[in-house]
Amino acid sequence: MMTEKSKAPDMKDAFPPHPGTEHEQLLPQLVAHLREHRSRLRQEWAGRILDSHLLQAMTPQEMAAETTSVYDNYVEVLETGSVEALQHYARDLSERIIPRGVETHEVVGIVLLLRDVLARSLFEKYQGDFPLLDRVLDAYEPAANRIANTVAVSFVDERERVIRQQQDSIRELSTPVLPVRERLLILPIIGVLDTERARQLTEQLLGGIRTHRAKVVVIDITGAPDVDEAVANHLVRTVDASRLMGASVIITGLSPKIAQTLVTIGVDLSKMNTIGDLQGGLEEAERLLGFTVSRRSDTLE
Amino acid sequence: MDTGPALVSILRQGWYLIASIHTALDDSQLLRFQRDLIHEIGVRRSRGVIIDVAALDVLDSFGSRTLRNIAEMARLRGAETIIVGIQPDVAFAMVELGMDTGSVSTALDLEEGLEHLSRRWRHATRP
Repeated sequence: MMTEKSKAPDMKDAFPPHPGTEHEQLLPQLVAHLREHRSRLRQEWAGRILDSHLLQAMTPQEMAAETTSVYDNYVEVLETGSVEALQHYARDLSERIIPRGVETHEVVGIVLLLRDVLARSLFEKYQGDFPLLDRVLDAYEPAANRIANTVAVSFVDERERVIRQQQDSIRELSTPVLPVRERLLILPIIGVLDTERARQLTEQLLGGIRTHRAKVVVIDITGAPDVDEAVANHLVRTVDASRLMGASVIITGLSPKIAQTLVTIGVDLSKMNTIGDLQGGLEEAERLLGFTVSRRSDTLE
Repeated sequence: MDTGPALVSILRQGWYLIASIHTALDDSQLLRFQRDLIHEIGVRRSRGVIIDVAALDVLDSFGSRTLRNIAEMARLRGAETIIVGIQPDVAFAMVELGMDTGSVSTALDLEEGLEHLSRRWRHATRP
């Protein structure tokens, strides 16, 4: 504990409301207490987690390992006043548990449980000396709250990072423009079409028409659950713009729901060439381009 | 009226005229282009006109209206007009602003435009 002296300035930065030498002596005392009763307190904490039905996605072995690490990190933060190591650990932990469906409330919940378990053990230890307990809690509480805060923020940050990453990959995947025959492109739309995706679709389609010198484009929206008025109008404009570039567009796979929506909101589709399904759309496109596809009688069956 | 060097080249290719717009034109330059082209159709007895706008990265409402007018005037003088080389951004901007080329045909590029016209013309003259 003698090494604490050298780390004192760091700690002052971390907990500014409680300056003074007594504070500096109390925290090492507290840390020593938590180290001494480490296994009992950790057990108690693990028990409380189990009772609260938190972290049920984890196996008991993992739980034991993680609770030990969290506990040690927790005590370390109290000792050094620096949350950097904890931040790293929390980020790392989040990375491991987010894919398994662990929720924010669970992570915050377990850290708060640990805080309560440790606080209770402090009550027990100092119950004879009330003024001292008061001062110990003064030293303990801001540090404990800061830890809870750090863990929660790390978890949420990590989750947001994952979400952003997924958004990016969805965006890249979302609008493939596929050449299927000479001068024929297919553009399958799968998933919800929002304004941003619709804009991107237009960009990709018009660029694709130029690069592939397309004359006919089949846009298949079988996989789109619904469209709103803005997106429908955008689609109509995309079709018009494609025509200006010399390509005709066939839209296929309009679901009953979308067909009803489009007519109800009054989007002008009179100039749109629509065909029931992708197969029909391809056949029509081939007809427009002058392809004839026939099956040889000696194959299959 | 603008009398400087022409910013649009009007070339003859068989029965067709090919007009390439090299740079953005202002209103008076557009009108000069319109006058020159309509005049040329009569002189050359052209059957078709291809207007290549591939070099333009912007086309305003006056520009697209003028192109539409040229097409209509050319039709009255006996030639069919096709606009080629509209860039993706220009195409979408035109649609967004509600400007379209009306009944004028469009094609991807010069090659496509020539093919389109030759197909049309063969049909028209076939007995």
